Amino acid sequence: MKSIHVTTTVNGEPAEFICTPDETLLDVLRNRLGLTGSKEGCGTGDCGACSVTVNGRLVCSCLVLGAEAEGAEITTIEGMASGEALHPLQRHFIESAALQCGICTPGILVAAKALLEQNPDPSDSEIRYWLAGNLCRCTGYDKIINAVKSAAAEMRSN
Amino acid sequence: MRYIAAKTADEAAGLLVDEPGLARILAGGTDLLVQLKSGLVEPDLVVDIKNIPGIRDVTPENGGFRIGAAVSAAELGEHKGVLALWPGVVEGVELIGSTQVQGRATMVGNLCNGSPAGDAVPGLVAANATVRITGPGGSRDCPVLDIPAGPGKTTLAKGEIITSVFLPARPENASDAYLRFIPRTEMDIGVASAGVSLELAADGAISAARVALGAVAPKVLLVADAATAIVGSKLEDGALAALAKACEAACNPIDDKRGTIEFRTRTAGVLARRAALIAYQRAGGSK
Ligand SMILES: Cc1cc2nc3c(=O)[nH]c(=O)nc-3n(C[C@H](O)[C@H](O)[C@H](O)COP(=O)(O)OP(=O)(O)OC[C@H]3O[C@@H](n4cnc5c(N)ncnc54)[C@H](O)[C@@H]3O)c2cc1C
Ligand code: FES
Ligand code: FES
Repeated sequence: MKSIHVTTTVNGEPAEFICTPDETLLDVLRNRLGLTGSKEGCGTGDCGACSVTVNGRLVCSCLVLGAEAEGAEITTIEGMASGEALHPLQRHFIESAALQCGICTPGILVAAKALLEQNPDPSDSEIRYWLAGNLCRCTGYDKIINAVKSAAAEMRSN
Repeated sequence: MRYIAAKTADEAAGLLVDEPGLARILAGGTDLLVQLKSGLVEPDLVVDIKNIPGIRDVTPENGGFRIGAAVSAAELGEHKGVLALWPGVVEGVELIGSTQVQGRATMVGNLCNGSPAGDAVPGLVAANATVRITGPGGSRDCPVLDIPAGPGKTTLAKGEIITSVFLPARPENASDAYLRFIPRTEMDIGVASAGVSLELAADGAISAARVALGAVAPKVLLVADAATAIVGSKLEDGALAALAKACEAACNPIDDKRGTIEFRTRTAGVLARRAALIAYQRAGGSK
């Protein structure tokens, strides 16, 4: 299979990689760019563990081809903290014990951040619908919803 | 497999026609990538259409809207004009998958994937939407109803790609609605679904109707008898019962663990009745 050279932007930094035409963006992030925060839970769009944004849109990176990243702006979980300072969502997930094994957490954080950017004060049911494509097998969803709500409250007060 | 991002619709059509092996169009990829990974399709060529100029635009046209084939469900849902004119079409599209899937999925992909349960399709058929097609023979328009050919199949010829969907203008007192039944509340495949589009006369009686059913036959159904059952009525109990009966009579569903034939048939009638009531209220009819 002929390799494709792709020039893109990841978390605000220019990035380049070579991939095969059938390689997904998730594979590229993890295996070619060393960004292993995005996880593969299912590979079929069902679990959301691979959530990233492409040109500002929340997507499953397992359902995007690496080649489609040409000229795009990608953000991943690795772009969420600023240096050592965790994003309020990250802090509240720790404080509210909204994770156990952590496999689902990067995807949920990326998805929740996208929600709060367009709706700074979501209701419980808005959070639940927005995160319906992010499955967690250990924590239980109440703690996750509560963490998103308390992070949102803190972000609104700043 | 080769991947090419086509720069024009003609280039895409040319690439598809010239490909001796298996070729696939890539829009949002939420069906195609799942099929690639499972080995269900092994294309020699994938043509990405998202970089074709204009294919991600929504443009007002003759009182309606022309929606580019690569407009995502999320983008469509944010378009106030389309939502106001065709709320039933938009609510069908917005039922597809999760937030993440919405960020990529297109209604044309939903149509061309050929699933009898595609949630965008009954709303489009009820709306009498047409698609514009570019192919080796030039350009043509075709009603959405005539695109599906059975599970996983369309009537599109080799090299033909859909470039846009046209949702027509509608009179003042008109609206539409879409409902589906799934065993969960999110992220599941429809067991039965119904799209209903209505126009009302000045006195509130229905002057025109289109009723489409999903997931209850090998392809979407436009049920003329169901429309006849409610035209002239204000959705009185008798008219609603006749509507449901006509829908049940049209069903020819599969029988599986997600829904028996009896269940899918009954549910289709119930959903059509409820969708008609929602469309009627949206169109300004009081009940
Ligand atoms: C987790 C998950 C949940 C889902 N939930 C639902 C759901 O609730 N309801 C539902 O109906 N579907 C659902 N789907 C299926 C899928 O998301 C939809 O069918 C979607 O609309 C497909 O659009 P796409 O742009 O991603 O299509 P693609 O995968 O890009 O294409 C689908 C097919 O259409 C062809 N095609 C695409 N564009 C064109 C064009 N312009 N001209 C000609 N052919 C074209 C492609 O070649 C391919 O064969 C789900 C999928 C996932 C992964
Ligand atoms: S790995 Fe992408 S959705 Fe599960
Ligand atoms: S913390 Fe283990 S899957 Fe969510």
